[in-house]
Amino acid sequence: MVFLTTDHRPLTPAKRLSLAEAVERFVPDGASIAMGMALESLIPFAAGHELIRQRRRDLELIGPISDMLFDQLIGAGCVRRITAAWVGNVSAGLGHNYRRAVEQGVPGPLELEEHSNFSVGLGLQAAAMGVPYLPTRTLLGSDLARHNPRIRPAEPGLLHVGAIRPDVAILHVQRTDTAGHAHCWGNFGLMREAGLAAERVIVVAEEIVETDVILSDPNRILLPPHRVAAVVHAVGGAHPSPVQGYYGRDHAHFGEYHQASRQREGFLGWLREWVLDVPDRAAYLARLGARFDALRPSAPRLAAAVDYA
Amino acid sequence: MKLEYTPQELMVVAAAREIADGEVVFVGMRLPLLAFGLAKRTHAPTAIGLFENGLVRDRVPPPDLYTMSDAPNVADAAWATGLLEVMQVLQRGDVHLGFIGGAEVDRFGNINTNLIGSREHPQVKLPGSGGGADIACLAQRLVSLMEHEPRRLRARVDFITSPGYGDGSPEWRARQGLVRGGPSALITTLGVLRFDPLTREACLASFHPFTSPQAVQAATGWPLRLAEECSPTPAPTVDELRLIREADPHGFWTR
Repeated sequence: MVFLTTDHRPLTPAKRLSLAEAVERFVPDGASIAMGMALESLIPFAAGHELIRQRRRDLELIGPISDMLFDQLIGAGCVRRITAAWVGNVSAGLGHNYRRAVEQGVPGPLELEEHSNFSVGLGLQAAAMGVPYLPTRTLLGSDLARHNPRIRPAEPGLLHVGAIRPDVAILHVQRTDTAGHAHCWGNFGLMREAGLAAERVIVVAEEIVETDVILSDPNRILLPPHRVAAVVHAVGGAHPSPVQGYYGRDHAHFGEYHQASRQREGFLGWLREWVLDVPDRAAYLARLGARFDALRPSAPRLAAAVDYA
Repeated sequence: MKLEYTPQELMVVAAAREIADGEVVFVGMRLPLLAFGLAKRTHAPTAIGLFENGLVRDRVPPPDLYTMSDAPNVADAAWATGLLEVMQVLQRGDVHLGFIGGAEVDRFGNINTNLIGSREHPQVKLPGSGGGADIACLAQRLVSLMEHEPRRLRARVDFITSPGYGDGSPEWRARQGLVRGGPSALITTLGVLRFDPLTREACLASFHPFTSPQAVQAATGWPLRLAEECSPTPAPTVDELRLIREADPHGFWTR
């Protein structure tokens, strides 16, 4: 199937897949995945849960701060390596599965490449630009630079951060068309750098809309369409993290996970309830019930229209 | 009338007083976010706040924020962009003051948020730097906030995530290649510590009204010296408390 413009020339092939298909096709065992790039918002929890259900193994997770999703994937035994600036639960602080893995090797050992937010961003930006490294003044005097082989001393007063090139970036956005023209608004974190650095991008969106809707506001498009390998429709796919204009953050969910995951047994129970016994995101939303609707904004807050004439 | 307030509310007030009007402030979350809002509503109405998720605000942050990416913090932001843009502003030297928290800090203001114990066998794996190390390296002044316990205020930290004055030797930061910055205050649940300009050692500048210099020294993991003018931290005013409680109505961060 090809997408047709009004003058009937093919524009960009349609890329729409189900979440299960996208994960199956583009995220093999051992893949490196950039996720949670916007920081506390737009975290692709639905995609992360699908990785767990498909029993992916030996993954490398790449991100700046990672609010709870990395902790879940670690506890589920999917992860071999973490390249990140922070792994925990923003509402509560520590991530119990991350601690168990590093301190006790449960459920398995974890390789760590520890960064700051800026150095993760520079590594992704270097890959996005197609250069081996970028110089910076951050992390001088920090033990992070001494112990991270990707960060090397250079001329005095500068460090070089080596390129970070993920196999896949999974990016949650507000809306997209089936060709991968995706609209995103709010804080971007490192979404754009990850999308340009990764070999392939999976866009997960709250809404699939007509191409004309997206192209009517090109400044809001996240990436050039050739970067996008797959487009997935997943309503509520970022819950419990917020999506600007669609739903707010479910703070209680973060707290409940923190309590449940305190012990390994409690985490496994949580995993069954919210991931393994839930076939897809629609079933997950049905389980949330009215609680999800309560997160919807009470009134719209529209931006003024802009004129591209 | 005796004012009732929590140590966290006093910390917010003390942190707000570190912000001068017109300054560019790297804000972060929790108590510093409340301090930024309080400063903007009192003595620093034109201060500008940077958030590492890619936001800049020159309006007062809305109440009841749990994270910097909550929708109300994005709406009416002065700039909604990416992390690298905000970090570029920080690296080029625009940021007057940065706030960070941490698990432990030492007498020269070095902060550890990576691990307790050894790298090979950590007793406690902490979440990591986030943007903390970047702020500590690149802001003109650094203010950190922490609970005051001997295990948190230690003679030496196990891992320097966010550099302060290193080993306290002269020009330590310059020798690392750092072009500016360093800790200017450490605000704790018991007092405010400032750094001696010569020895770079944290000294007690003020103790909170509900404690004493001796009690603060007893809760510190090194022989804490008192600054010459060591005095009680000024208590929050009625107005300051009202503004803090409007911003944190459920007391999530301050109760």
